[in-house]
Amino acid sequence: MLRFVAKRLALAIPTLWAVLTLVFVLVRIVPGDPTIVILGDQATPAAREALRQRLGLDQPLWSQYWDFMVQILHGDLGRSLVTNRPIVDDVWAVLPFTIELTVAALIIGVAMGVPLGVLAARKRDGFADWFARLFSLAGLSFPAFVSGILLLIAFAVQLRWFPVISTANATDPVERLRALVLPAFNLGLIMVAYVTRVTRSGMLKALGEDYIRTARAKGLPQRLIVWRHALRNVLIPIVTVIGLYLGVLIGNAVVTEIVFNRPGLGKLIVTALNQRDYALLQGLMVVSAFAIVVANILTDLTYGLVDPRVKTQ
Amino acid sequence: MSAAPITAASEALQVEGLTTSIRIAGHWFDAVRDVSFTVRQRETLALVGESGCGKSLTALSIMGLLPGAVGRVSKGRIVVDGVDMTAATEAKREAMRGDRIGMIFQEPMTSLNPVLPIGFQIAEGLMQHRGMSKDAARKRAVQLMELVRIPSAADRLDAYPHQFSGGMRQRVMIAMALACSPRVLIADEPTTALDVTIQAQVLALLADLQKQEGLAVLLITHNLGVVASVADRVMVMYGGDVVESAPMRAFFQAPTHPYSEALLAAMPRVDRASKLAPIPGQVPTLPDMPAGCRYQSRCPLRIAKCAERPPLTPLGGDPEHGVRCWVRAGA
Amino acid sequence: MSDAAAPAPAPAKVSLAAPSAWRRATRSGGLVVGLLLVIGMILVAAFAPQVAPYDPDAQDVLLNLVGPTADHWFGTDAFGRDVLSRVIWGARISLFVGFVATMAGVVFGTVVGVISGYYGGKVDKAITAATDVLLSFPQLIMGLMLVAVLGPNLQNLILAIAITAVPAFVRVARGSTLAMKERDFVDACRALGYGDLRIMFLHVLPNIMDEVVVMASLWLATAIRTEATLSFIGLGVPPPTATWGGIVREGFDNLLDGWWLSVFPSLAILLVMIALNLIGDGLRDATDPRAPQ
Repeated sequence: MLRFVAKRLALAIPTLWAVLTLVFVLVRIVPGDPTIVILGDQATPAAREALRQRLGLDQPLWSQYWDFMVQILHGDLGRSLVTNRPIVDDVWAVLPFTIELTVAALIIGVAMGVPLGVLAARKRDGFADWFARLFSLAGLSFPAFVSGILLLIAFAVQLRWFPVISTANATDPVERLRALVLPAFNLGLIMVAYVTRVTRSGMLKALGEDYIRTARAKGLPQRLIVWRHALRNVLIPIVTVIGLYLGVLIGNAVVTEIVFNRPGLGKLIVTALNQRDYALLQGLMVVSAFAIVVANILTDLTYGLVDPRVKTQ
Repeated sequence: MSAAPITAASEALQVEGLTTSIRIAGHWFDAVRDVSFTVRQRETLALVGESGCGKSLTALSIMGLLPGAVGRVSKGRIVVDGVDMTAATEAKREAMRGDRIGMIFQEPMTSLNPVLPIGFQIAEGLMQHRGMSKDAARKRAVQLMELVRIPSAADRLDAYPHQFSGGMRQRVMIAMALACSPRVLIADEPTTALDVTIQAQVLALLADLQKQEGLAVLLITHNLGVVASVADRVMVMYGGDVVESAPMRAFFQAPTHPYSEALLAAMPRVDRASKLAPIPGQVPTLPDMPAGCRYQSRCPLRIAKCAERPPLTPLGGDPEHGVRCWVRAGA
Repeated sequence: MSDAAAPAPAPAKVSLAAPSAWRRATRSGGLVVGLLLVIGMILVAAFAPQVAPYDPDAQDVLLNLVGPTADHWFGTDAFGRDVLSRVIWGARISLFVGFVATMAGVVFGTVVGVISGYYGGKVDKAITAATDVLLSFPQLIMGLMLVAVLGPNLQNLILAIAITAVPAFVRVARGSTLAMKERDFVDACRALGYGDLRIMFLHVLPNIMDEVVVMASLWLATAIRTEATLSFIGLGVPPPTATWGGIVREGFDNLLDGWWLSVFPSLAILLVMIALNLIGDGLRDATDPRAPQ
């Protein structure tokens, strides 16, 4: 298992390098003079020259690339153009909120999606199946900000069960949890949809396998056949789907944070956009790149847990 | 291994007038017709026939494992170890399966759950039927793995199916089926998917275990060589009908039904120089089955009367030897 | 997850063009409902000047923030503009961006994918590696970044969404092309002396179109959603032009003034998403022989 982990980590290095290069390229495709984009066309040539130096834009491209990589390797994301604070500090300050939200959404996705998918597969074309299909269609169809706004209007503005202005910063754990419910459910809805779908189709396939017949021949009750023998096998495609859609989840977390006015990377991105803080934006892209790579590693390690064929080759 | 309790009757498995229907395109067809037989303790009954003749459906009917939407037992009685399976509730059947009656399947590569350890899959039945603790069941699983001659059993308890060869997996299947010391074992083509040398080993193992445990074995196979080496009695099926039923020696010495003759003629033998004679034509699909004798569409002896269904008639000298053929029974 | 190099096994499949596939696709009804909804919305968008009851930009200070009434079905906003008319006009931009961006992504991605799969070798390896990296990045964040860097306007919005669509279609087209090659189909064409271009675009392409069409219908939903989301974040076509995401944003900023400001445009987006997902699912079922009967 240790070797498996080490191998997987080594595999992540080229991916990380590639994704960071992508970020570097993306930030440098700004059309026209970036100093004008940032400072506006009223800026004096001196101010623009100063900014150019600060951003390292006076250096040749390969040298900028080198500095970019070295800086990241040192865990440094540079300084904000607006506040001049180290970007790493800003990110660390809000990262726990984003992680909290994403993890909560994942838990909701699995805790609701798996049972729903199993029920749907067991009573095919029955009520649960019908409901599951409708629910997953809705989950796949809702853009995160649309479902977020509808939830906010219904449960915060009209019913007043949850705060309209996020209290995620509150020290009171109950209040903090209350602030988490709606955004986590909003983000989880999409995950529920994906997980329900894959669980349903995976169960339908698994229940037709030879080993299920063997389990029935053993005289196991239906409950154990479904939840132990079939579901254990369906965990593999479920993990695949969760891994594939972690990216979607991270993207939607940003939108959800904006709708629910939660602190987090999403609000930081909006701040960066509004203030044309390209250094901050680049830093946030680097963080997302890391998040993606880490998510992929975690997915593959989870494979090792749910599929014995992975860790023993 | 505790000896199975000796009941008054030594018949471990009785099947009377079993008719099993399957649904094809919305219509029900009888895929197994009026099949009756008994298997006694320590006895091996071989069920023989081409694929699609109803052998496996018979087995699944006995186990109560027919896929509900497309298969059902429409008539007949199945008695396992004194318990009428056809009249039993699903819960009762569940309690019988894996406990009083076990089954091994043809595909050792796919019949084991790939994500559960071997030891657990063997121990599972013991925990279910015997209420054993996890530890006790694990210990028993090691014994069972040793019984089916899996080398270094204790070390391989937590191994997964993909770490086993086909032959070893089939041994695991046998260990699973025998875990609760059943009285009846159904073996559906247990060696078909294996290499020839491994086939012999697995068959020898099955024969040994049968002796030790006093098992009644229903062996389903299309391989007459296997039948000759392990069976006590033979039943030939065609199109869902039992067309011939005979003690093993009588069957090989004097096959009577034209289909049995054709099967034997199609089998390669070292003691016979004659050419292999494949059976002409194919088994008709269920919707296309002829009325009356189902073999008539391929039978060289066909007469007008074959349009009526012949009964399974005992042959003159031997009440144990029956044949379902107007021509041969009348002769 | 990075196992994209392995070609998907070529399953036995049914062509979308086959009548049986059409029957299968329409049996569940979802495809038909989805198609009718989308066609309806396209018609409404196309005839917006005739259909919309008011000028979407006409302000009426005396009639601001009126809830849904017989005169204003979707109510009016803070400037007294008719929300229904704005939603109808907004459909124009939103659907236009979605269709054009998806088409651009489909055409470019498919061509690259076919070439990559057809020739194989180093070019294929490089393209596959690049595709993997691009796909590993969340589509929404990628689009957001591109628009942020390029500047928010209609062309850049389309360009950014199209770019995020390209790698997905490269992967699909490449995989299907590889499957085609395995069927000795390409070798047979070569034996007949056909040129590479002819084989790729007259023989391989028509055979992989099913997968591409299914994918495109699902991507259309993604593209429209991305446009709406970016507009909502403030990276869309600049106001006062009505786009769905932009209208929702305005409504969201005045959330406490009236629920109708954001709910109705939200429902419009939701409706088109559901319709496109129904179409995508229907098409996928139709091409999948294992689909439920």
